[in-house]
Amino acid sequence: MEISGAEIVVRCLQEENVDYVFGYPGGAVLFIYDELFRQNKVKHVLVRHEQAAVHAADGYARASGRVGVALVTSGPGVTNAVTGIATAYMDSIPLVVVTGQVPTHAIGQDAFQEVDTVGITRPCVKHNFLVKDVHDIAGTMKKAFFVAASGRPGPIVVDIPKDVTAAKAAFEYPATISMRSYNPVTKGHGGQIKKALSLLMHAERPMVYTGGGVVLGGATKELTQLVRKLGFPCTSTLMGLGGYPASDGQFLGMLGMHGTYEANMAMQHCDVLLAIGARFDDRVIGNPRHFFDEKRRIIHIDIDPSSISKRVRVDVPIVGDVRDVLQELSKQLGASTAKPDASALKTWWAQIELWRARDSLKYDRSSPLIKPQYVIQKLHEVTKGEAYITSDVGQHQMWAAQFYKFEKPRRWINSGGLGTMGFGMPAAMGVQLAHPKETVVCVTGESSIMMCIQELSTCKQYRLPLKIISLNNRYMGMVRQWQEFFHGNRYAESYMDALPDFVRLAESFGHVGMRIEKPADVEGALAEAFKRKNELVFMDFVTDQAENVYPMIPGGKGLSEMILV
Amino acid sequence: MRHIISVLLENEPGALSRVSGLFSARGYNIESLTVAPTEDPTMSRMTIVTNGSDDVIEQINKQLNKLVDVVKVIDLSEGEHIERELMLVKVRAVGKDREEMKRMADIFRGRIIDVTDRDYTIELTGSGSKLDAFLKAVSRDAILETVRTGASGIGRGDRVLKL
Repeated sequence: MEISGAEIVVRCLQEENVDYVFGYPGGAVLFIYDELFRQNKVKHVLVRHEQAAVHAADGYARASGRVGVALVTSGPGVTNAVTGIATAYMDSIPLVVVTGQVPTHAIGQDAFQEVDTVGITRPCVKHNFLVKDVHDIAGTMKKAFFVAASGRPGPIVVDIPKDVTAAKAAFEYPATISMRSYNPVTKGHGGQIKKALSLLMHAERPMVYTGGGVVLGGATKELTQLVRKLGFPCTSTLMGLGGYPASDGQFLGMLGMHGTYEANMAMQHCDVLLAIGARFDDRVIGNPRHFFDEKRRIIHIDIDPSSISKRVRVDVPIVGDVRDVLQELSKQLGASTAKPDASALKTWWAQIELWRARDSLKYDRSSPLIKPQYVIQKLHEVTKGEAYITSDVGQHQMWAAQFYKFEKPRRWINSGGLGTMGFGMPAAMGVQLAHPKETVVCVTGESSIMMCIQELSTCKQYRLPLKIISLNNRYMGMVRQWQEFFHGNRYAESYMDALPDFVRLAESFGHVGMRIEKPADVEGALAEAFKRKNELVFMDFVTDQAENVYPMIPGGKGLSEMILV
Repeated sequence: MRHIISVLLENEPGALSRVSGLFSARGYNIESLTVAPTEDPTMSRMTIVTNGSDDVIEQINKQLNKLVDVVKVIDLSEGEHIERELMLVKVRAVGKDREEMKRMADIFRGRIIDVTDRDYTIELTGSGSKLDAFLKAVSRDAILETVRTGASGIGRGDRVLKL
């Protein structure tokens, strides 16, 4: 029996067990929407802007470990979605974004709502497809889900012209797929793993540096076991938080531009570095030349060969799935008689404890103004460290990363690579739908939240009881901080004048709004907000305008050149 | 250093733009790029001449391999290989130049493939440096037009790039 291309698209989503599609209708996708309407298996979530559709699919993917799906129309639907696609691309998040296109005969004619979707998205997708024949839809969708989720994950765009969704063909969803041009390596090279083990056993000042790959690769258990067995210090990038339990004594906190003193110093001064699913980016090691001032041997485990020796030359590259490689490393460690050098390790830890004693995250606790760090600490207490936390981008993001101690993976959801303001609330919608019973918090600032504020409407429609923690300092805080440090206190366009009354704004969307102005009220307000299990609560914390994020490595400086409080 | 990289990729629309887009997005140089389908029409073979430090070339190889449409990549300059480029050059052929141009074409083992009473079109094949040498050897004024394909390369002996 022949069915329409649109029905084939929906049947493919059903075959992939997709439970939510985040989208916004328009001319080029009307046939697909018609088919969504006629079934109940795949639920559609109507956002208020296509950027939010992709962020929501992204948040869903990050929290659940499954492929997120978005559906947008041609032209402006696609261009609005691009920010979301690029966000997912930079953080290696598996998405399938189905985009409508003008009919095949109109392509290239500057038709109404036409853009070159494949061309526009090419640099920010793992791969994209233009489906010109109805018979190719099923195979292409199968490939899209397969490529999105395998290897180093990433977003896939499937662009489908309107006439292709109207045309008919028989439907058969391929059970398996193989692509001669796409075979990611997953198994690490045994010989390289052996070399790595030998380096680790001879280390005097070892260090484990982990990134988002540990979370994406589901390697938390393997990482934790290995690090505990070795007794080595461990740090994590912004993207890797939760990959290793933050409360563990061997964890030195986040490293990088706003990392802890002890993590950055240990990273700089170690003699053997084990990098796992991390990519030595500019916000992590700062200036690579400064990083090279100290000699160290580097082992790098990553599923993407191009991440290895890109910014930093490594001594033992291991291409493979991090979980698989860590299992093999643990196995070889168990079978080996070699042991880490205990006395050298003791000396190294003594040094690290001295660094740790500097307490680089301290802040003024006696201030009459609300300190943003304090809000996050209280948030951690009130939620017992078990909430799913999304964030926007800026100071609040760094404070959330520093002060919310993540014990488990996939609990910390933020735009690390692209740094997309406006990510937090729509991502939280996806997280809440993936985990309807869990507490989902969006930590944001008054500038970021305004970038996707319209999604309060979506939250109402789907009764998503998010808790929005807005650290309102009336500034684009991180911009202001840079202007204070590097631009002579000239606060060019970073002051947010004419802000809305967020309490009434939240109320006008049918939510609960709270404004908190005194430190003494913080804890009580949080407790009250989290009691409202079925309501979205927008908490507007009026915080100290002058607070900065410390430590800070200025751009172009090295890991040991931190500005400390 | 100059490298000549061969890429086997799916003969899909847009595959070329994925490769050229990769080079421009990451700031790699392209000296020349040629592409055409292989004996298997579902696959294309591309030859890219580029230059860069060892680190850059390593990244180019890895980034090319990462493209989903790319089946195989080899850096021909890592081993023995043959490199050829085709050039068509239209030269003025009047007066004493007419005999001279015929002689130059012979010396460079070129062929005259089109003739009028005022000009010749010469077809020349060889390494890029041989074609450069020809252009240097004839006077600038005599050259009316040149068109070059860019280099194609293949490994020597049993060095084969195949699926």
